[in-house]
Amino acid sequence: MSDSHEIQAHTDALLPDPGHPEHHWRPTDVDPRSERRAERQVSLLFGLSILCTILFVIFYVTIEGGIDGPTVMGLGASNLALGLSLGGALLFIGIGVIQWARKLMADVELVEERHPASSTEADRSATIAALQAGLEESGIARRPLIRNLLIGSVGVLVAPAVVMLRDLGPLPGDKLRHTVWAKNMRVVRDVVGTPIRPSDLEIGDLVNSSAEILFGTDKGQPLPESDVIEGTELQVEKAKAATVLLRMDPDDIVSDATRNWSVSGIVAYSKICTHVGCPISLNERTTHHLLCPCHQSTFDLADSGKVIFGPAGRHLPQLPLGLDDEGYLVALSDYPEPVGPSFWERETKSPGAIFNDWNKENAQ
Amino acid sequence: MVRLLNRSAGRLSRHRRGPIAGLVMLLLGLALSGGLYATFSPSSSADEAQDQAAMAAKGRELFLVSCAFCHGQNGEGLTANDGQLIGPALAGVGAAAVDFQVGTGRMPMVQPGAQVQKKKPNFSQTEIDELAAYVASLAPGPAIPTAEDYSTDGMSSADKQEAIVRGGQIFLTNCTACHNFTGEGGAMPRGGFAPKLLDTDPKYIYEAMLTGPQSMDTFSNGNITPEMKRDVIAYIESMKTQPGYGGFGLGNLGPVSEGLFAWIVGLGSLVGFAVWIAAHSTRTNKKKGTAK
Repeated sequence: MSDSHEIQAHTDALLPDPGHPEHHWRPTDVDPRSERRAERQVSLLFGLSILCTILFVIFYVTIEGGIDGPTVMGLGASNLALGLSLGGALLFIGIGVIQWARKLMADVELVEERHPASSTEADRSATIAALQAGLEESGIARRPLIRNLLIGSVGVLVAPAVVMLRDLGPLPGDKLRHTVWAKNMRVVRDVVGTPIRPSDLEIGDLVNSSAEILFGTDKGQPLPESDVIEGTELQVEKAKAATVLLRMDPDDIVSDATRNWSVSGIVAYSKICTHVGCPISLNERTTHHLLCPCHQSTFDLADSGKVIFGPAGRHLPQLPLGLDDEGYLVALSDYPEPVGPSFWERETKSPGAIFNDWNKENAQ
Repeated sequence: MVRLLNRSAGRLSRHRRGPIAGLVMLLLGLALSGGLYATFSPSSSADEAQDQAAMAAKGRELFLVSCAFCHGQNGEGLTANDGQLIGPALAGVGAAAVDFQVGTGRMPMVQPGAQVQKKKPNFSQTEIDELAAYVASLAPGPAIPTAEDYSTDGMSSADKQEAIVRGGQIFLTNCTACHNFTGEGGAMPRGGFAPKLLDTDPKYIYEAMLTGPQSMDTFSNGNITPEMKRDVIAYIESMKTQPGYGGFGLGNLGPVSEGLFAWIVGLGSLVGFAVWIAAHSTRTNKKKGTAK
């Protein structure tokens, strides 16, 4: 530190400090008329701000909001008026304060000297001495029992924090592996809940569909009260069971698994992207490519939902399809693998291996 | 009178074994049965069939001039030697597809590319109807919908409101993935896009659902019933007149346009303010206390 001070003193001597340039005053400093004008300007700005705030309160009380309220130029009058008045109130305060500082507040140049960050040698030794004295007087070194118990009691305080983690549970169990789909459950149109016959669909038809149980019926008959899914659980199950149905030319299907789980060219896949779980139904009819709008993961529906582009790590799970006695499309089982994004315990298997396992399980 | 008839019958009878008698009788019989059929059958359908045939004939003339180069002289479709599709086969696409493609100006296509864009139609509606009649005569397919199919004009206002609500649910489930919640459309892979629906004629929206133009999926009547289609159109129509309760929609394109506005206009004006604050204020050479 002292070295640099010496160098500085040396260079200062070589090159004399030219000092500050001459100070030019602002018109408001030298001309009382212009000073009064600036004062009026600032007062006016603050006054406008007060006016805007009053208008805000008036608009809030008098203009009806929501979809029943009046409109101005195709915009909701309430929102527009509240936004403009509150925006004006804040803006005028801001401009007023800046104008005040620029035109009227003191106009002097200030010099703030910078010093070394460390304290002086004397201060440092005094502080260390005080700390030492404190340690001596408290007797921490002489009474190890108290010291150790203090450390112990603070250490044990971690336990409540750990115990409270339990409230994050219970553990999901196998919830991530199953949906409401089950053997012989009808595939129905989403929103309306009507069952689908293969003859309803033409090649190129895409149906956003769902499981029949979520509409409170089974084969068109109302379910007993106890089996109806309602409330939050309904929302959760609906989200997991979402399915896209696509009818393609059977000759377009590439993989055996996809062909075996299809009914006359109709294939069903989970609508939940395996990347981070966005619902996907942007299908290109001509290519059978299903695109996720969130991060552009693209799946080939003709080939076991394989990922052909984008960040998704796993293929799209396919729902095995069949027909019931009345000729409506039904699921042959739940999804053979977990739907949606990956999780730690999830195993990785190829579509062919999943199909073989499914075959073994369903042959028994 | 009787004598006259007898005499003429006798004269006819003399020709009964003539060389063209059989042909004359055949033509007479055909004309008679045809005439009787026309008289006793519902006349409109006969006229319509005749009209359809005449229209299809006219449509074929137009087709040979404007469409056959890519779709083949009989609409069978053409493929280049390297397997590249030049024009798809048209059997079974139906009159609705022709009305949509030609009516919105997409066909005849100007040049191949990521997506055929709409433009001013090259044909009058009569010519489009003739073309449609010809293509419909190749194989059965969806017909051009009529105003009753997609209009909610005859409904009471409560029914209409219900149709809009129902249509909204169907729209949000089936259409928003590509066409945006607001019907403004959106981007698709490889340079394609889902077009904006808000300035599209209801008839063309209906036909697009029926036929699935270009990359769009089909939403045939077995998939989305005609009533549901009508409700979807009622919802889209209701969006056109929907005021922006939340303020300016900025094209209703979501975070893209809103982000651009916030970063460029919002942040830009803040930077402008900052420059103004830091700018040198007006200075004078006058000394303090010299002014009066």
